Amino acid sequence: MTALTETHRTAAPSARFANLVPATVAWARNAVANTLPPLVALAILVGIWQLLCMGAGASLPAPSKVVTDTWELISNPFFDHGGTDKGLFWHLFASLKRVAVGFSLAAVAGVLLGVLIGQSSLAYRGLDPIFQVLRTVPPLAWLPISLAAFRNADPSAIFVIFITAVWPIILNTAVGIRQIPQDYRNVARVMRLSGPEYFFKIMLPATVPYMFTGLKIGIGLSWLAIVAAEMLIGGVGIGFFIWDAWNSSLMSEIILALVYVGVVGFMLDRLIGFIAGRISGPKARS
Amino acid sequence: MHAYLSLENVGMEFIRGNTKSVVLKDVGLKIDRGEFISIIGHSGCGKSTVLNIVAGLLRCTTGGVLLENREVDSPGPDRAVVFQNHSLLPWLTVYDNVRLGVDKVFGKTKSKAERHEWTLRNLSLVHMDHAIAKYPEEISGGMKQRVGIARALAMEPKVLLMDEPFGALDALTRAHLQDSLMEIQTTLGNTVIMITHDVDEAVLLSDRIVMMTNGPAATIGQVLDVPLKRPRRRLELAEDPTYVHCRGEVLRFLYERHRHVEAA
Repeated sequence: MTALTETHRTAAPSARFANLVPATVAWARNAVANTLPPLVALAILVGIWQLLCMGAGASLPAPSKVVTDTWELISNPFFDHGGTDKGLFWHLFASLKRVAVGFSLAAVAGVLLGVLIGQSSLAYRGLDPIFQVLRTVPPLAWLPISLAAFRNADPSAIFVIFITAVWPIILNTAVGIRQIPQDYRNVARVMRLSGPEYFFKIMLPATVPYMFTGLKIGIGLSWLAIVAAEMLIGGVGIGFFIWDAWNSSLMSEIILALVYVGVVGFMLDRLIGFIAGRISGPKARS
Repeated sequence: MHAYLSLENVGMEFIRGNTKSVVLKDVGLKIDRGEFISIIGHSGCGKSTVLNIVAGLLRCTTGGVLLENREVDSPGPDRAVVFQNHSLLPWLTVYDNVRLGVDKVFGKTKSKAERHEWTLRNLSLVHMDHAIAKYPEEISGGMKQRVGIARALAMEPKVLLMDEPFGALDALTRAHLQDSLMEIQTTLGNTVIMITHDVDEAVLLSDRIVMMTNGPAATIGQVLDVPLKRPRRRLELAEDPTYVHCRGEVLRFLYERHRHVEAA
């Protein structure tokens, strides 16, 4: 009897330890499986690039040259020598600020217009053809008009962001609202929910996944548009930084800026996805 | 003496372009308080249209519906509906789905604690008090329908309207829910109109069975009294002569006199 409990007592901690080891191993294996392939792919791509651009007559710098050329910019993104001579952080920050303002305006206006044309079939018939035409206008084509209207670079850039991002938000929100099942509307009618109650308790939660699809497309497009718009309007901003580097033939700086633009765009997309996940909560589990 | 709920010459026409289609014609029915009525008929005969007119979700083109001598012209919680596919809101928990209706109906008359209590009481009535924090997608089809019934009952309707409430469920689950519904009916004495296409379900649950003719221009063909004593137990009824007779009557109506003509 005593011997039996003895063995149990000694067995217990080792058993727990035995469970812990495979768990840790599984976790590590999982982490490696997720991070290793992209790292290897990246290394291969950079390697090919290095091989292609290593020669003396290459028109573009190899990755090693990009790093040595721009080490100043990489190591110190926060310097500010006044004017447009600032660290990359400040350029990105200026671009993000424009996107934040333009995109926020687009989100508010897009959701409201989307609700309008989703809810009222008269408004849908009236506005949808106009929206379908306007949304095909390329973002930069709006720039001359907005420069003429605002007579100022910054509001023009913000307007371009707005007009680029607003269409997918409107159209996706409208689709979401039109997709609300008749059953949910009937539930609301039987309960006699008031307009605001219907909006917050049924329409909004039922439409959130569609809305965020629009917002996600919208933020991607705004980030595309801001770089192009800033090339034209000048001032501080990552688009202007690229244009300025081009004019000074600083290829390495352009490449570095492109990497930053890509990473920031990716993070913006993930940010919206993350917010969508938090807001739709239980619905996202289905 | 006026009936509690009465359908007077209810007719329904749809006009699409130049063609006028008559769905319902001269549907007249008087229902007493506490009665359980089933409406049975072949699919497409306009059963659901009748229910939606009583619910106020559709307006009839001729005639009208009177509930306690007041005309029904819009939907409302006094005629709560149990929908065929439960229509629970997927972003709300079981509790919140029921609570939404409770808050709307009793927001002014009951305190917060009373509304909480009332929500729980209705959920325990349908034996769903164990799953109040679950979301609709986490529970089975039968459980969803139970919650749908709780949501409707919690609005304390004058008439409970059920649109093929168990149509989408398997036979065993359906039997369980029918038993639960009879049990609830014994306790609360609700007035119920239920649409069904299941003959056994109609005979087992109803005080009267309203049989509808086939469309177009469907109307009430026959009303059958089911003089079975309550509480009813499905096992004992299987051989009960009254049960067998009622069942035979409904079957004869559906398959002899008003056979469904399949569109070839």
